Amino acid sequence: MSEEIRNNTAKEERTSLWKLFSAFMRIGAFTFGGGYAMLPMLERECVDKTGWVTRDELLDYFAIGQCTPGVIAVNTATFIGKKERGFIGAVVTTAGVVLPSFVIISVLTALLANFAEIPAVKYALHGRRVAVGVLILNTVIKLVKQKVKGFFGYALCVLAFVLVALPPVIGLPFRISPVFVVIGAAIAGVVRGLIMRKRGESK
Amino acid sequence: MIYLILIYEFFKIGLFAAGGGLATLPFLSALADKYPWLTQDMISQMVALSESTPGPLGINMATYSGYMAGYNTFLEAGHSVWACRVFGVTTAFTATASLVMPSFIVIMIVARMLEKYKNSKLINDAFSGLRPAVAGLIAAAAWSVISITLFNFSSATFGGAFNFKEIAFFALMMVVTNVKPLKKLHPLVFIAFAAAVGILIGYTIGWGAA
Repeated sequence: MSEEIRNNTAKEERTSLWKLFSAFMRIGAFTFGGGYAMLPMLERECVDKTGWVTRDELLDYFAIGQCTPGVIAVNTATFIGKKERGFIGAVVTTAGVVLPSFVIISVLTALLANFAEIPAVKYALHGRRVAVGVLILNTVIKLVKQKVKGFFGYALCVLAFVLVALPPVIGLPFRISPVFVVIGAAIAGVVRGLIMRKRGESK
Repeated sequence: MIYLILIYEFFKIGLFAAGGGLATLPFLSALADKYPWLTQDMISQMVALSESTPGPLGINMATYSGYMAGYNTFLEAGHSVWACRVFGVTTAFTATASLVMPSFIVIMIVARMLEKYKNSKLINDAFSGLRPAVAGLIAAAAWSVISITLFNFSSATFGGAFNFKEIAFFALMMVVTNVKPLKKLHPLVFIAFAAAVGILIGYTIGWGAA
């Protein structure tokens, strides 16, 4: 118990609120499209650079963000802030990720309503989209290499991909919501755990 | 009054739109039918603006609608344009904060429960299924970005094309982001580089699809 308290205080000394705020402000200010497009930035800022969370935890937050209300980027920010510095940390990271959007949209709407029509903006966006695709693909490759293991893992990974990506490709008129994929995968995990434990007992 | 309406409407959207920013779009469209300060024209302009500016889509769209609510309401009441812009910023803040509030509360509760039950077998089993599935979901998101950019893929027309410049640039970026010394660069650098190349090509030889 006393060790746990000591660990916690050591942790609070490590992560300053400013660091949390500025990291999430960078994430908010430089990712386009939100959600999954933020993953490469989140990985760099919160896993590789600072070790605030592990890749597993980041995936968990995305899974939870998928079926809880609200914007996924904000949910993830809240999670990481809460984990590092409790309530005040969550407030700081959430404010950090929202602030750039708020300022930029307010200014542009007030002064430059046709911003999206400017050719340079369109061209930059077009180039950026290619980079975002590349960055997400790199993240996916890394994730699959590190986190997807065994037949069960690959089966779920491929199934989730196919269920969400396939209907538009083959022209089906409906989409499968990621919410159902997440719920289904959680149930599959629980069932598999139960079966494995039962097998373990009978041996 | 407009502030109370915004708090009510955006708290509701924040509570019921699960699964990310784009999920708020149908709710915003319903707002445009219900109130005079937002129109369907503004909604389509809002989507274009939100996609060409940084930040989470949901936040961008809430800020835009909130701004329009204040600006148009106070303009109607006969205030000067500059005063309306200031009011617009205050209502934008109200809408954005109200949108974030429900998910903030829910996540705080979920985070506390996770900490409490992090050693439970049930929770760990559930996450052992979730992690590979989320990797698959992220792959699907990557596919949707890539298929639109490289192949103009659209399910409406059930067809596409090969955008050779985009494909070549994609291949180049794939190499650049994976070679040894450059690999460690911040994702920001790649995004800035790609934006610069985008502008350069746009003004010189032109993008096929843009």
